[in-house]
Amino acid sequence: MTDQAVHVAPAETAEPARNGPHTPLLSVRNLVQEYVTRGPGGIKTGVVHAVSDVSFDLMPGETLGIVGETGSGKSTLARAVIQVETPKSGTVRFQGRDLVGMSKREITKVRADMQMVYQDPFGSLNPRWRVADVIAEPLLGHTSMTREQRAERVDELLDLVGLRPETYRHRRPLELSGGQAQRVAIARAVAPGPSLIICDEATSSLDVLIRAQVLNLFEKLREEFNLAYMFIAHDLATVKRVSDRVAVMHLGQLAESGPVEQIYAAPRHPYTRALLDSVPVLDTMTGVVKRPVALPGEPPSPLNPPSGCRFRTRCPRAEDLCAQEEPVRTRVSDRHTVACHFPLTPA
Amino acid sequence: MRSGARLATMSGMLNATREPAATSNGAAGPILVVDDLRVTFSRHGRVVHAVNGLSYQVRPGRTLAIIGESGSGKSVSVRALMGLLPPSAHIEGSARLDGTELVGLDDKSWRAVRGCQIAMVFQDPASSLNPTMSIGAQLIEAIRMHAPLKRREAAQKAIDLLKLVRLPSPEKRLKQFPHQLSGGMRQRVVIAIALSSDPKLLIADEATTALDVTTQAQIMELLVDIQERLGMAVIMISHDLSLAACYAHEVLVMYAGKAVEHAETRNLFSNVRMPYTKALLDAIPQLSTPAHLQPAIVGGHPPDLSALPEGCAFLPRCPSSTEQCRIEPHLAEHEPEHAYACWHPVSRDGSCTGQKEERP
Ligand SMILES: Nc1ncnc2c1ncn2[C@@H]1O[C@H](COP(=O)(O)OP(=O)(O)OP(=O)(O)O)[C@@H](O)[C@H]1O
Ligand SMILES: Nc1ncnc2c1ncn2[C@@H]1O[C@H](COP(=O)(O)OP(=O)(O)O)[C@@H](O)[C@H]1O
Ligand code: SF4
Ligand code: SF4
Ligand SMILES: [Mg+2]
Ligand SMILES: [Mg+2]
Repeated sequence: MTDQAVHVAPAETAEPARNGPHTPLLSVRNLVQEYVTRGPGGIKTGVVHAVSDVSFDLMPGETLGIVGETGSGKSTLARAVIQVETPKSGTVRFQGRDLVGMSKREITKVRADMQMVYQDPFGSLNPRWRVADVIAEPLLGHTSMTREQRAERVDELLDLVGLRPETYRHRRPLELSGGQAQRVAIARAVAPGPSLIICDEATSSLDVLIRAQVLNLFEKLREEFNLAYMFIAHDLATVKRVSDRVAVMHLGQLAESGPVEQIYAAPRHPYTRALLDSVPVLDTMTGVVKRPVALPGEPPSPLNPPSGCRFRTRCPRAEDLCAQEEPVRTRVSDRHTVACHFPLTPA
Repeated sequence: MRSGARLATMSGMLNATREPAATSNGAAGPILVVDDLRVTFSRHGRVVHAVNGLSYQVRPGRTLAIIGESGSGKSVSVRALMGLLPPSAHIEGSARLDGTELVGLDDKSWRAVRGCQIAMVFQDPASSLNPTMSIGAQLIEAIRMHAPLKRREAAQKAIDLLKLVRLPSPEKRLKQFPHQLSGGMRQRVVIAIALSSDPKLLIADEATTALDVTTQAQIMELLVDIQERLGMAVIMISHDLSLAACYAHEVLVMYAGKAVEHAETRNLFSNVRMPYTKALLDAIPQLSTPAHLQPAIVGGHPPDLSALPEGCAFLPRCPSSTEQCRIEPHLAEHEPEHAYACWHPVSRDGSCTGQKEERP
């Protein structure tokens, strides 16, 4: 491990060699997504820089937490990875194949292996269907199961997510609580036997106890099926509970990424520091609290990001250089990268 | 017109000198005294017991946090104080604000109390602002609702209020519409409207839940600052125990419409006694706990409020329950300044007296 800054371009070429036993499951390189905003009459008024040059790798069975403020591009990144929207540029290699530019039919096949769970469980479940049909649907396209085998598999899945099959298989989504509906959405995602699940704020709308149960469920599924996750949430403590590594997004870019324990204990990017300092802390053993320290100012607009470092308008360490030059992602230690001209020194 | 109308009145707060803010050492008497408050809703012949005998007091300059799971009656209990419940709600008990009984007030008296004495900030700033009216128009309408000010005077007050909530370039904001502001800025405007009435009590119902953690920290800092300057009493409702612990002087934990534990914040969290509070604490993810920790979590659901069982409402989910729990435990100060309702409080070191396991 070295503190010496080493430039990596493109990011994370320091990954273990391809095709070895440590081949990444997912390998994202230089991903860019932009949206054109239009005013009345369809006149172009600007370009939203939603994701700008994002690169990362995800190993089988590994969980990458993704944190950042609203609008930092987390959901856009997820949509580009799963090819709900085609990215403007960049590559998304999944199981060794580039998904960008694949035909719709091929993508549909890949989706058996790459599933998504959203924040609003009700929004992703057809209200007219019964729970059993909701979960069975992804099995129809991808497997040659008989009807009985499918019914059996649905019951297994319900059991797995902690819902008693006899009680729940005939219910409709609106007859479920938020936590139960999210479990159904998870059972549906797990049904085709994926190797990657992308969770976009999947526990954000749940109550504390239910949220903790669903987090435990994600962990159990990971252990059981060697699942990998991209776990997107704006709540840093929730992300820590399930992640191996964490990527901190700021205005479409990766500010910092690396092992979760290391980054939470000694963040190197001032933005990561600010996010962590914003979290209210209660030590549940002693009752001692730590009040948040507020980061002053508003996040800049993604329509017109600041020159140089996009965090400079709020950064307490900013200097002239920060306005002139965009900081390059730099490796500070094994699998830990930071994009900052003046990174914090580890305590 | 939405919140503006609800929250409005102006009594010259910004210029008038107020009595010095009461300090938190308890010198001032309570501004709000809630006593055995009960709220039921009747629906299709079923009676939903949303609030079941809630009692607490809040003093000027102090913050009370009400925490608990979804559906435990937090919002209903404070909406009852604001006269914001639908006609299907039946309210019993007493809630006195500065001596005025709020339960059973007629509509006209409500308008006088609501707005000029209590104001409320809700979770979703977007839905408490009118999207078709400019910020200035909404603020000025709120200001002029009860104070006989000329437009120009009201406009000046509006600017002062926006400065008070530290909205950047307030003059410019007056002409803008809600959608032109970020979520955090919208919540500042909502707070400005709430403050336009110089309230003695501010109720913040999940006021920062929809915001980023960075914005939440800013808004909480603002609320604390304003509270100290104006000496307001604050009730904050939150799902987030850590947030409540950081900002409240006192914490009240609700379960199934009742207070189950209530104490000074430090006292409560350093010495949790009620198994339900303990269950909540065990469940919250913390920055400091190691990754991949899988704590045992209390299962089950809160009880059906239209068919509350006899005895302790937490019984079906409680890891420490015994036969005795079929008799309802009452909230009482079993220890100095620390009230809880439980026959078998968790032990001082924080461990449960019963065994913990995940229940289906
Ligand atoms: N208008 C109504 N008619 C019937 N029942 C209601 C009504 N409003 C609320 N309730 C019920 O009263 C109970 C308490 O609701 P309340 O909104 O106070 O919960 P809460 O603690 O604020 O929850 P959350 O954390 O989800 O905001 C719930 O069971 C709810 O379904
Ligand atoms: N379809 C779209 N059209 C225009 N702008 C969009 C679209 N989707 C996302 N954006 C913008 O892209 C940025 C990133 O958004 P998003 O990925 O949703 O952020 P996050 O999930 O981190 O909150 C935001 O500024 C958002 O407003
Ligand atoms: S590059 Fe400069 S402005 Fe950006 S985070 Fe580092 S110190 Fe701050
Ligand atoms: S009274 Fe009994 S059931 Fe209720 S919380 Fe205490 S131990 Fe549990
Ligand atoms: Mg999102
Ligand atoms: Mg509520």
